[in-house]
Amino acid sequence: MADNLSIQGHATVSDSPSPAEMVKPPALALGPLGWVRANLFNNWFNSILTILILWLAYKVIPPLLDWLVFNSVLPGEGVTNQTCRASGGACWAFIHEKYRLILFGLYPYEEQWRPILVVLLIIGLLGLSCNRNFWRPWLLGVWAAGGIVVATLMWGGILGLPFVPNTLWGGLPLTLILSVVGLVVAFPLSIMLALGRRSDLPIVKSLCVTYIELIRGVPLITVLFMASVMFPLFLPTGVTIDKLLRAQIGLILFASAYLAEVIRGGLQAIPKGQYEAADSLGLSYWQKTGKIILPQALSITIPPLVNTFIGFFKDTSLVIIIGLFDLMSASKAALTDPAWRGFYKESYMFVAFIYFIFCFFMSKYSQWLEVQLHRGHKR
Amino acid sequence: MAISRNLGNPAPQAPRRSLINDPNARAVFFQILVLGGVALLGWYLVTNVLENLARQNIATGFSFLDREASFAIGESLIAYSPANSYSHALLVGFLNTIKVAVLGIVLATILGTIIGIARLSSNFLVAKLASAFVEIVRNIPVLLQLFFWYAVIGESLPNPRQALNPIPGVFLSNRGMKIPALADDPIWIWVGLSILVAIVGVWFLARWARKRQEATGQQFPIVLASIGVLIAVPLLTWLAGGAPTALDVPELQGFNFRGGSNMSPEFAALLVGLTVYTSSFIAEIVRSGIRAVNWGQTEAASALGLHRGTILRLVVLPQALRIIVPPTTSQYLNLTKNSSLAVAIGYPDLVSVANTTLNQTGQAIEAVAIMMTVYLTISLGISLFMNWYNKHIALVER
Repeated sequence: MADNLSIQGHATVSDSPSPAEMVKPPALALGPLGWVRANLFNNWFNSILTILILWLAYKVIPPLLDWLVFNSVLPGEGVTNQTCRASGGACWAFIHEKYRLILFGLYPYEEQWRPILVVLLIIGLLGLSCNRNFWRPWLLGVWAAGGIVVATLMWGGILGLPFVPNTLWGGLPLTLILSVVGLVVAFPLSIMLALGRRSDLPIVKSLCVTYIELIRGVPLITVLFMASVMFPLFLPTGVTIDKLLRAQIGLILFASAYLAEVIRGGLQAIPKGQYEAADSLGLSYWQKTGKIILPQALSITIPPLVNTFIGFFKDTSLVIIIGLFDLMSASKAALTDPAWRGFYKESYMFVAFIYFIFCFFMSKYSQWLEVQLHRGHKR
Repeated sequence: MAISRNLGNPAPQAPRRSLINDPNARAVFFQILVLGGVALLGWYLVTNVLENLARQNIATGFSFLDREASFAIGESLIAYSPANSYSHALLVGFLNTIKVAVLGIVLATILGTIIGIARLSSNFLVAKLASAFVEIVRNIPVLLQLFFWYAVIGESLPNPRQALNPIPGVFLSNRGMKIPALADDPIWIWVGLSILVAIVGVWFLARWARKRQEATGQQFPIVLASIGVLIAVPLLTWLAGGAPTALDVPELQGFNFRGGSNMSPEFAALLVGLTVYTSSFIAEIVRSGIRAVNWGQTEAASALGLHRGTILRLVVLPQALRIIVPPTTSQYLNLTKNSSLAVAIGYPDLVSVANTTLNQTGQAIEAVAIMMTVYLTISLGISLFMNWYNKHIALVER
């Protein structure tokens, strides 16, 4: 047996072509060199582009690195604005000096652990809601509880926390509160608008269409102007609402029109058979909508809803124009300190980085979710 | 028998439904309720507004538009002085909005298309660079980008005395970009008109060439001919007018430049910011549009013996455009609406002028109504045009 095996083994070896007969692929088609050839120099046009980009990188990257890293001024002992002005690099000491102002606005300095907790809480709630296993009714309860905790922490006034009026709120917590509250309140409103737009009742339909198209046809700034200068006129004499609430209402009005269009897209994607089947079961309009249509429509609209949320999160930066102290506004305020004027690049980069982190993760999440949700439809 | 007798009888009457269960009655009732609610809310708001205005002694109505504006506007396409009326100031603002929106749309389309194609490039560096650009630009608020560009232009460039002078006659400083302008000459109006005439002529020429090809099969070098017409007609007009070459070159006088035409830092920042931001969205649209066209289409076309350029023009682009046009329209609308952020960096667009008007006169409702009406009109105009264009290129289904 053993002999037999060894003979067979020997036979197979001698059958294979000798090394001389084997033709290796050219060295340029293999390994890193092959990759470079296939991806960077596969024709004359791409070769020119590659060389051009490499030349630009050679021109741009070293000075950029010098500015960002090598010549930059890190916070430390005896580092002042004069050190920064002398160095010619990025002044990260400026960010160190001002990050509390940029992140938390004018919130009382000793109480700033409260907005920190609020930011962490909101991020935690958002993170929790990203998990599909938690999309259950109790999540609403968690959000409601979270809202109460956020309000308690921000305002204070009870449990021994000093009261902080909302005119002093600012920075990242304000941006997060404006966008999350705006979206949470606008969501039910937008469902009603979307259903109204798809309704058979002509008056309801035309009212909803008018509202949606009116809001979508004008820039957010005009809606915010309306909220800030016209709302006080709308209220009976003697009643006033503060600036934050007015801006929040403006943002809600704006968001609801855009969300309504996203939800309408979901409603239209539900096959007609679902409506007909629900009708033939004798369900009433609200039973049909609540139990058959909306659960399906909302689950397919979640990826575009996340995209709308990203847009809305970026749009809250516009409240600077009506004088609220959000993240964007705080980064400009940090630049008004005469000692630290001119470090706008550092300030804007810091804020841009925060916005980028939030938006980038949300957009990646929406892409991932789209793949997840479509898994069931693929064969 | 029993059955036949039963058939002969009149059908038993449907039980009378009460109005509560009648769908039609319910629909009417519900709509009256909604309309009533909205009307009530409207009435409540209007009474409050009138009461508040009366208390603050503000007259309603648009009569304030005829009053003297008495504020200066930095840049204007038409003649304007503070002695002009508010309505004239608003017109200046409107034209400034249109100016930045039109230029922005053109530039964003070009840049967006290039970046969208670059993301599909087989060159690794080009594709990655384009993706990085799109990811970074899309995820940062446009307002922040505007502030950034404005600060870059305002704080990085030297003052007019040390202005950069990259090309003779062009000066870059923190007061903006100064370029030589053509000196006033009546002939330039005629040259402008002749360009319009040439465009109309080319359109008719293209129509004639297509008809001829359909009828006889003979091709006409339409591209070369069009370029020739577009160059020759204005050139001949210019020569006929005595070929004036006088230029109004900017010159440093005191602390600023005189003469030439100016691109203000505000306008430049707004234009660059809007173009870059919108182009990142257009790039994604272009990319998905091109990828949506089946590769088999290209293969089939080349099997028929078409050139690469012809394949792109006649096979791929018409199919890709059908996917690209509707979302691009909404990006154009977004750019136009985002141009209202000009107010944050001080470019005198419509919102900025209307805001000044609002602050000076206190006519809040009228000023906001003017802003909203103008933007609604622009939005409707762009969507109507793009719907027409979309129908024009849509798939003809048989």
